[in-house]
Amino acid sequence: MAFSYNISKHLSELETPVIRFDQVTKTYNTGTTALSNVNFQIFKGEFVFIVGSSGSGKSTLIKLMLKEISPTSGRIFVNRRDLSRLRRSQIAKYRRGVGVVFQSFRLLKDRNVYENVAFAQRVIEIPASQIKKNVPAILSVMGLADKHNSLPGELSGGEQQRVALARALVNNPAILLADEPTGNLDPKNSMEIMNLLEEINKRGTTVVVVTHNKEIVDMMQKRVITMNKGILISDEQKGGYTHAN
Amino acid sequence: MRINTFIYSLKQGLKSIRRNRLFSLASIGTISACLFLFGIFYFVVANFQYMIKTAETSVGVTVFFDTGISEAKIKTIGNEIRKRAEVSKVVYISAEETWNNYKEKYLSEELAETFGDDNPLADSASYSVYVNDISMQESLVKYIDKLDGVRQVNHSDSVAEGLESFNSLVGYVSAAIIIILLAVAIFLISTTVTMGISVRKEEIYIMRLIGATDFFIRSPFIVEGIMIGFLGSLVPLVGLYFIYHKVISYITEKYINIFSTFEFLKINDIFTNLIPISLAIGIGIGFVGSFMTVRKHLRIKEIK
Repeated sequence: MAFSYNISKHLSELETPVIRFDQVTKTYNTGTTALSNVNFQIFKGEFVFIVGSSGSGKSTLIKLMLKEISPTSGRIFVNRRDLSRLRRSQIAKYRRGVGVVFQSFRLLKDRNVYENVAFAQRVIEIPASQIKKNVPAILSVMGLADKHNSLPGELSGGEQQRVALARALVNNPAILLADEPTGNLDPKNSMEIMNLLEEINKRGTTVVVVTHNKEIVDMMQKRVITMNKGILISDEQKGGYTHAN
Repeated sequence: MRINTFIYSLKQGLKSIRRNRLFSLASIGTISACLFLFGIFYFVVANFQYMIKTAETSVGVTVFFDTGISEAKIKTIGNEIRKRAEVSKVVYISAEETWNNYKEKYLSEELAETFGDDNPLADSASYSVYVNDISMQESLVKYIDKLDGVRQVNHSDSVAEGLESFNSLVGYVSAAIIIILLAVAIFLISTTVTMGISVRKEEIYIMRLIGATDFFIRSPFIVEGIMIGFLGSLVPLVGLYFIYHKVISYITEKYINIFSTFEFLKINDIFTNLIPISLAIGIGIGFVGSFMTVRKHLRIKEIK
């Protein structure tokens, strides 16, 4: 009895989308429609690429998921929470469950690797003793144990992105959003970062990667959502970059 | 607020002050100038009030009686005056005392002896009446003037009145100057904090994305404003403490004729009030200036 209950609970968790876009349209004040009636669901533990050319609405999707902006119409649910119903005071807490990395890394240039990662814990007021344990642990996972004293300017692009990943993951988010994470990296470093993202995904984190890196998308054979001029034109399991252009 | 968050805000606040050294110094300087002037005006106002208080208790009303009045009648008049609430003290000065005082003050010994036992001021017995509040003196004089047996009422309130009107003038001028300086100080703090915010734009953006609360993001800037205000109030207090004695002794020596009869407040009496007032104003300006700026600039703006 208990066994069947656990199975059904597990199945229902798998079936419940962690991210759901429901008829989402976003028109900016300039009159540009970035997204038009977008519908999709991302389930727990999935690895999803969102691809498309410039102006296809990829970055708007990320901003909406981070609650940086609100949709003009439609609704977005993350972990069953309707983002339009989040009060201002709840936004900070919501974002703690969503890690994010950017193309430009967005590291604090005046702080070393350790401080950059510890910063993510400090802002959510984790006790200092806990920070001292968590930060070296995540740096070691990211292969940065020997770089904790280095400033971002002293690191390669790949290393900087790994620091950004460490910062995004140190608070154990359920979802990781990566906005063009390989955009500033050479192929070798790009591959390293993608391998890390895959590893993170295998540990249970839902990973959403916005990219226009054709080689990587084609090679990784993951789910691919393709956007074109704000419209979702295809959503394929084990897809490729074929529809993006 | 966690202790770590408090330490973080303090460190970031100090860092920001260091980063925007020039603006921070300008803000501290303006608050210092403002509170220095405030301190000077406070010295003047507090000392004048003290002098007025002294003058009020020393400036009296002198009451003379009708010729040939009985002692019983004089006593009745005295009792009537004592009943008034504004009267603090009534002193009887007999005709003999008045004559003796006069002789001492104005006549040489030889000249005084020529009068023998005669008292040319035989009808000069009087009451010296002291009041609690100088503004009540006029009504008291009118009242005494109407009493039966009173020949004449002398009073001199010009000193106290002069002091009081000068004190009001100093008060108004100082209030106007301080208000203008306060506005300048708030503007400068606001500029300093705005600079700090623009320098840390990226950091603030990252903080928001990783889930920092508004309070956490804002607190270093508020702390920065408060620290600027605190430093801005500390500097003039130290300066004022050291110059007070020098100024007082300079004034007393230079204008010995005017200030010989007056006593200045002691430095401790002045600073017991001045320290908390200055700190409250300085910290208050810092808090208000930074709080308003932070509210304005760190409001989460959504791209529509």
